[in-house]
Amino acid sequence: MLSKRLIACLDVREGRLAKSVRFVDTRDIGDPVEKAREYYEDGLDELVFYDITASSDKRRILLEFVEAVAAEVFIPLSVGGGVRSVADATDLRLAGAEKINVNSAAVQRPELIAECAHAIGAQNVVLSMDVLRVPACSATPSGYEIVINGGRTRMGIDALEWALRGEALGAGELVVNSIDADGTREGYELTLTRMIADAVRIPVIASGGAGVPEHLHEVLTDGHADAALVASMVHFGDYTCSGLKRYLDSQGVKMRMRW
Amino acid sequence: MARTVIVDYDAGNLRSVQRACSEVGLDADIAAEPAAVARADRIIFPGVGQAASAMRTLRRTGLDEALRHAIAAGTPILGICLGLQISLDYSEEGDTACLGLIPGRVRRFAFDDPRLKVPHMGWNEVRVVHPHPVLAGIRPGDEFYFVHAYYPDPDTREAVLAVADYEHEFCCALGVRNYVGVQFHTEKSGRVGLDLIARFARWDGRDQRDREAAC
Repeated sequence: MLSKRLIACLDVREGRLAKSVRFVDTRDIGDPVEKAREYYEDGLDELVFYDITASSDKRRILLEFVEAVAAEVFIPLSVGGGVRSVADATDLRLAGAEKINVNSAAVQRPELIAECAHAIGAQNVVLSMDVLRVPACSATPSGYEIVINGGRTRMGIDALEWALRGEALGAGELVVNSIDADGTREGYELTLTRMIADAVRIPVIASGGAGVPEHLHEVLTDGHADAALVASMVHFGDYTCSGLKRYLDSQGVKMRMRW
Repeated sequence: MARTVIVDYDAGNLRSVQRACSEVGLDADIAAEPAAVARADRIIFPGVGQAASAMRTLRRTGLDEALRHAIAAGTPILGICLGLQISLDYSEEGDTACLGLIPGRVRRFAFDDPRLKVPHMGWNEVRVVHPHPVLAGIRPGDEFYFVHAYYPDPDTREAVLAVADYEHEFCCALGVRNYVGVQFHTEKSGRVGLDLIARFARWDGRDQRDREAAC
């Protein structure tokens, strides 16, 4: 059977690695190509790059950077941030990304998901959703709302409905990122993750809030996630990819243990 | 100078395969011309996408005949993912007649359990069931990266070199004479995947069974 995946997310700003805390304050923490190589050699299953500047004049920096990583890292590479068109997706694929993450632009224009799925294959289109916990109401009956622009803009769209719509439009995978949990190190949003993982038939990657190895175990078991995304835990050297995988393996979670 | 060619038929991103070759010291050209494929000393036939449209492109460009010529000539060929699938006779994907380099069919995963996700995507263990020079060195527990909704089902059991499990056991590597094909993305499978490409780069196109038959 399939192993659960450990995915590391590198937030990149103008070719440097940044890490946000609750999506607002960002700190520069080093050379992302070097980090990518280090994680790859230490057993990471998949890498995600998120370009948090993503302004059009800086696209070239991102493409060059993706090429540099793809030349050294031979695991699936997923890239997002500012993907607004099939041309953006195709450029990133040519630079060496397997999977393309769409987020805000897909919320504003959902057909983008279908267009990308048609152009590069549904399995390569990852719908990344930023989700805020809200009081359940008629617009957001699940009690979770989609936000964009790094969490700053509430869209009045129900997160569960959006996940199902994304799947129907051709997304091959979902990243469920809890804005409430992001950067807190207090654990993933288990209720949210499980609700979405149980509703769709595509893999769900849990994101936001991991602080200790037990959090990964929780979300991969109780949270029904197929993959756990980490950032701060490994970026600051508190934990290693291999150490996290050894822990999960010891707890009976099926992981890829040889690399 | 030995020429290794990666067949370009507009089916996905070939540069990741080329980068992986380069990492193991195999200099490979991406080529779309049938003549370049026909005279190659070694061929990698990758691909991501849909069987019917891939076959249309191969027929239109004449690459189908170039590949048939190469397999008959004994050129070592490595099929990857869709490249492997369309090397068989037939694919259920789009009800498509394929190249027929390898006798067999390509079937879709069909599960009663709605919780089993299709495509089969992620890392899974590859178990070698028949020794082959290109798979030598894969150890129990080694995992490779898969992304596919269809799997190859060759006509003869002897063609099955390795299997993986996803609800049921399926063939994930097959070999007939100078052809070896893998369903997983060996170019994205870390060290074990790169090692497989390195072994293919050294392979003379004969498997153990040919040698036994020759003795």
